[in-house]
Amino acid sequence: MAALEELATAYAAARRDPGFRRELRDLLHGYAGRPTPLYRAKRLGQALGGLTVYLKREDLLHTGAHKINNTIGQGLLAVRMGKRRLIAETGAGQHGVATATIAALLGLACEVFMGEEDMRRQALNVVRMRLLGARVSPVASGTKTLKDACNEAIRNWVTTVGTTHYCIGSVVGPHPYPMLVRAFQSVIGREARRQIREAEGRLPDLVVACVGGGSNAIGLFHPFLRDRRVRLLGVEAGGRSLAPGHHAATLLKGRPGVLHGARSLLLQDRAGQVLTTASISAGLDYPGVGPEHAYLQLTKRAQYVAASDAQALRGVELLAKTEGILPALEPAHAIGHLERLAPRLPRRSVVIVGLSGRGDKDVDTIARNLPAHAHHS
Amino acid sequence: MPTIRDAFDRLRRCQRAALIPFVMGGDPHPGLTGPLLLALQDAGADLVEVGIPFSDPLADGPVIQAASSRALAHGTTPAGVLAAIASVRRRLRIPVVCLSYWNPVTQFGGHGGRGSPRAFVRAARESGCAGLIVPDLPVEEGGALREATTCEGIAAIFLAAPTSPPARLRAIARASQGFIYYVSVAGTTGARQSLPPGLAQGLRQVKLVTTKPVCVGFGISTPAQVAAVARIADGAIVGSALIRTMASTRGRAASVRAAARFVARLRRAAG
Repeated sequence: MAALEELATAYAAARRDPGFRRELRDLLHGYAGRPTPLYRAKRLGQALGGLTVYLKREDLLHTGAHKINNTIGQGLLAVRMGKRRLIAETGAGQHGVATATIAALLGLACEVFMGEEDMRRQALNVVRMRLLGARVSPVASGTKTLKDACNEAIRNWVTTVGTTHYCIGSVVGPHPYPMLVRAFQSVIGREARRQIREAEGRLPDLVVACVGGGSNAIGLFHPFLRDRRVRLLGVEAGGRSLAPGHHAATLLKGRPGVLHGARSLLLQDRAGQVLTTASISAGLDYPGVGPEHAYLQLTKRAQYVAASDAQALRGVELLAKTEGILPALEPAHAIGHLERLAPRLPRRSVVIVGLSGRGDKDVDTIARNLPAHAHHS
Repeated sequence: MPTIRDAFDRLRRCQRAALIPFVMGGDPHPGLTGPLLLALQDAGADLVEVGIPFSDPLADGPVIQAASSRALAHGTTPAGVLAAIASVRRRLRIPVVCLSYWNPVTQFGGHGGRGSPRAFVRAARESGCAGLIVPDLPVEEGGALREATTCEGIAAIFLAAPTSPPARLRAIARASQGFIYYVSVAGTTGARQSLPPGLAQGLRQVKLVTTKPVCVGFGISTPAQVAAVARIADGAIVGSALIRTMASTRGRAASVRAAARFVARLRRAAG
């Protein structure tokens, strides 16, 4: 609790400090590569029946995903608080890589907790983290995925809290993390809102993003919340099916519960035990979800749906073949769902899709799961 | 079964500290939880703490995590643990304190719908529990639990840590019923080589703000450590070392006997 209060206080002071804001802006610009393009995907739009589709290209950022927006911010905060070490949990490895990157840049020690199952399916990112000087600690407890990596990071943090900052990668965990991570990720939506007005002279009709914990979705949605006519749509991991244990669609199938210090929706059994989740994408494989998404669903400001593993794979193929962009499996859920939704959208709809990360890390998984003809056609 | 206050009043008269073993409900087997409690009582436990297994035990080290997983693999539920306690309540002369993470408490009795802490606390009282510890519930969020325990007449026990600043210590001391659970180290449960050097100093800080009993847990495993804690606190809680002793014994009945022998050794050390 004391560490959380320290963090909340440090952030409150930092956000009013012009020096901190300048440092953050400079690193986002010169190091991470912001602003990212809002790219008009014409061939994708044609393939979807004539929609106007824009991709918010977070995949072009340094390290290949939106995660670095947050780790730059939290890294700078850690330095301000006098911490010498960063720890993080990671699922797909993107947040782990982004944390290891910032630790290297700021001269901090770094340890990343990663489920054994995820280390296997995201082996490339494990190598990247180690090259960046981070220690990657395998987590063998529970389901050996993101949830258990979170557990282990929290356990480590309580032991090392004096010298260590826990860099949470999504809008989950105890206050102030959901607020803090949203603040650092909202740059995605602020840019997108400005860019779409420049490009189209108006706001979009629909904004779509994938939701695991929900950091890229909150980052993209948040600056549009007050634009009541902009429809916000989050796409969760539908896994193999929506039967218990076969998916990670928390907003669709969860009940209120408490995990990792946050009250939100939670995939759990009748006794309150957290259920195992399944998704082709390690980054969405989490039984909880950011509490603000649960709120946006409850107040109907945003809608949430699920896309299956198969739909996500179709999303990868569609974007790769129409635009020459290989998306990560996580945002491929958003593309895959948009393909299904497109026939029901008015022809002149303007849609923004959050392309949260690039797909290099997933090539092995995709190759194993796509039907054989996909490789040759 | 006496209340926690009765137990500490008696201990105070005898001028000794409480020995509080912790076991995981449903481990090593659901059918053994009742007999195990009776064996611990006979071995000299003054109170006994029973854990409700949880899928994500954040405050626990590897030994109790494993016990939790074993219990869940046996199909142990919160209701099942409470039923095991109830099955021996008439033969228990020492208070049983239940430990559960917050989520199972909030889901209790909901049958997949809306459960409530109130339902859990009522069921705990009906099964004979004298108190409830929720390790992941900070005192700032403890209002609903305290309301329920106050109404049902059992104790809500909050945790204080070496990192708790004085204002929080006061709040924890005020809110805690029965006793205050002092976490010996900033860390998770599990046996450690030695007691932390700042323990006596930390306990003095707590004693400055309360007259309620203060019991120490996390990292206490040997008779010598129990003896050392007994000199400076009102109770010593031993979990991981006891569970490891049972887990390394072959045969279910033998593991209960091993637990009793281990607790009897601690008892002699505690005085």
